[in-house]
Amino acid sequence: MPERFTQLTSRTFVLPQESIDTDQIIPARFLTTTSREGLGAKAFYDWRYDASGKPIADQALNTLDTSEHRILVAGDNFGCGSSREHAPWALMDYGFRAVISTSIADIFNSNALKNGLLPIVVDKETHERLLADPGGRVGIDLEKSELTIGNAPPVKFSIEPFARRCLIEGVDPLGWLVDRIPAVEAFERTQGHAP
Amino acid sequence: MPREAPRTLLEKVWDAHMVTPESADAPGMLYVDLHLVHEVTSPQAFTELDARGLKVRRPDKTFATLDHSTPTAPADANGKRPYVTAEAEAQVATLERNCARHGVPLAGWDSDARGVVHVMAPELGLTQPGMVVVCGDSHTATHGAFGALAFGIGTSEVGHVLATQCLLQRKPKTMRVTVDGQLQPGVSAKDLTLAVIAAIGFGGGSGYVVEYAGEAIRALEMEGRMTLCNMSIEAGARAGMIAPDAKTIAYLRGRRYAPQGEAFERAAERWLALATEPGATFDKEVRIDGAAITPMATFGTTPDAAIPIGAAAPAPRTESERKALDYMGFTAGEATTHAPVSVVFVGSCTNGRLSDLRAAADVLRGRKVKSGVRMLVVPGSESVKRQAEAEGLDAVFTEAGAEWREPGCSMCIAMNGDVVPPGKLAVSTSNRNFEGRQGKGARTILASPATAAASAVTGVLTDPRMFARGPAHA
Ligand code: SF4
Repeated sequence: MPERFTQLTSRTFVLPQESIDTDQIIPARFLTTTSREGLGAKAFYDWRYDASGKPIADQALNTLDTSEHRILVAGDNFGCGSSREHAPWALMDYGFRAVISTSIADIFNSNALKNGLLPIVVDKETHERLLADPGGRVGIDLEKSELTIGNAPPVKFSIEPFARRCLIEGVDPLGWLVDRIPAVEAFERTQGHAP
Repeated sequence: MPREAPRTLLEKVWDAHMVTPESADAPGMLYVDLHLVHEVTSPQAFTELDARGLKVRRPDKTFATLDHSTPTAPADANGKRPYVTAEAEAQVATLERNCARHGVPLAGWDSDARGVVHVMAPELGLTQPGMVVVCGDSHTATHGAFGALAFGIGTSEVGHVLATQCLLQRKPKTMRVTVDGQLQPGVSAKDLTLAVIAAIGFGGGSGYVVEYAGEAIRALEMEGRMTLCNMSIEAGARAGMIAPDAKTIAYLRGRRYAPQGEAFERAAERWLALATEPGATFDKEVRIDGAAITPMATFGTTPDAAIPIGAAAPAPRTESERKALDYMGFTAGEATTHAPVSVVFVGSCTNGRLSDLRAAADVLRGRKVKSGVRMLVVPGSESVKRQAEAEGLDAVFTEAGAEWREPGCSMCIAMNGDVVPPGKLAVSTSNRNFEGRQGKGARTILASPATAAASAVTGVLTDPRMFARGPAHA
């Protein structure tokens, strides 16, 4: 069930690289887990640790105060690659609650929304403003679908309406589907899918 | 009644699976005919079901296998399998337990059908035209080769399908990629695939379902079509589809889970009627000249960064592209055919089928893998392994000095212990060349099975046409 999201004001953390794939977000060798907990320690692991497993000194991800920097600003085509939901689990456990980019891969986007990690797509100009000010203060208001960068006037963004409602009102998509099983049964009867 | 507007293949499959239509407030409920499950993306979904006291609603429409975390070296004399970690072994055991508890059929260690999920399901006839097929795996698009709507989902959605057989979905946009003309001799489905992804761009298919059409696509055999649809996600498209035709029908006839007898003939008629109707429109059209394609290989760290083998690596246009070229150790303006190759991998759900192994064996027959190169050949399934061994392909590989392994994902994702060492260059028939995909610090060139085999012989990235043996060996 997604963690609720209504408003967030926090500092950004900027990873300007394009096409950050889910293998970067969490390398495949950590996918042998059967739990979704504790993956933040593995987030961006191969960027954060050297071959011997020692933290890389000048890697900002190793020293970031994640209570202060909860908004990840990333280059175009963020979250491409595999469908592993471990990617949003790792990012949230690490401390992020929102990701902003000029485009976000489909499956990652859907996985993020299922967990309450808000994927926000902005235009190039807004993106450039965010890239130019790493650590800047950004306000996100999901109810108004508005993003406020510093003192500038807010920018609108759009989130699929049902996912938005799930996040704001705490609607649980699985429960919502389970409530509609009678419709599934009727469909199965008429369409020849009965067991 | 007014005549209905002509529909695309996608629209026909979509319309037939809408349990409740989408509205402004809510996505539609899309019914799933086949839910494929593997050990990596399912455990947390089963845990969620348990926490809510829910059952797998339609185990008869669910099918599981073991492929990602499984070792590709055989069990020892005591039957102990060489898992990379106890955690990997526990993950496999978790799926075995979950399937047993919920009555989900599992092609496990004792099954003659076990294999990489996207190799296994088609060869069993589980995948059929017109179906909606999902799996917690982004290469689920493979099954679109049969005219199914097949796409990858996350683990939360795996739970949704297990519990309700439905997904919440909005209708995607449509893109048609038409590949005209005939492929030249020595040019494979993988080369075509890499050329298509280069044309669309890494994220160019985002939000679309792609239909592949045109003379070069119709000429592909089913296994080649699977290679192409498999990598749709590498262009950002969640699904790729090809209209069923006589080849689709011939492939499915007699398969274990396909309809049999009279029922098959009736199904075949329905399947052939799925094709996009003349006059149906797409949100985007792309055209590619198939005759112009030559053997392709990637030079960067995204699958769209592909060029004809022997061509110069292009100058980077962005900082990210510059970093990628640096990571690979290539120089802009120079060919990528001089760097020493350390590892060659033939396998995966992209190129781990019988025709792929045949193409690699054709190059290797009577030749040797260059000393210092490690070559792994990993059949996509137990069935592929049996067929290859019946043809003596395993002997061709081992005599050439390559390793012949047990089926699984292996070095495609490198989570079972089969890894490319740090800094080493690999030529791989898999689908992702991301930084570290095949092991921390590994550098990956994506290419076809024939190219992989030719590169194993020479020790550098090599156009396989230099090893062509003429029509007698075709
Ligand atoms: S072979 Fe590779 S791409 Fe295919 S399912 Fe396995 S890990 Fe995924």
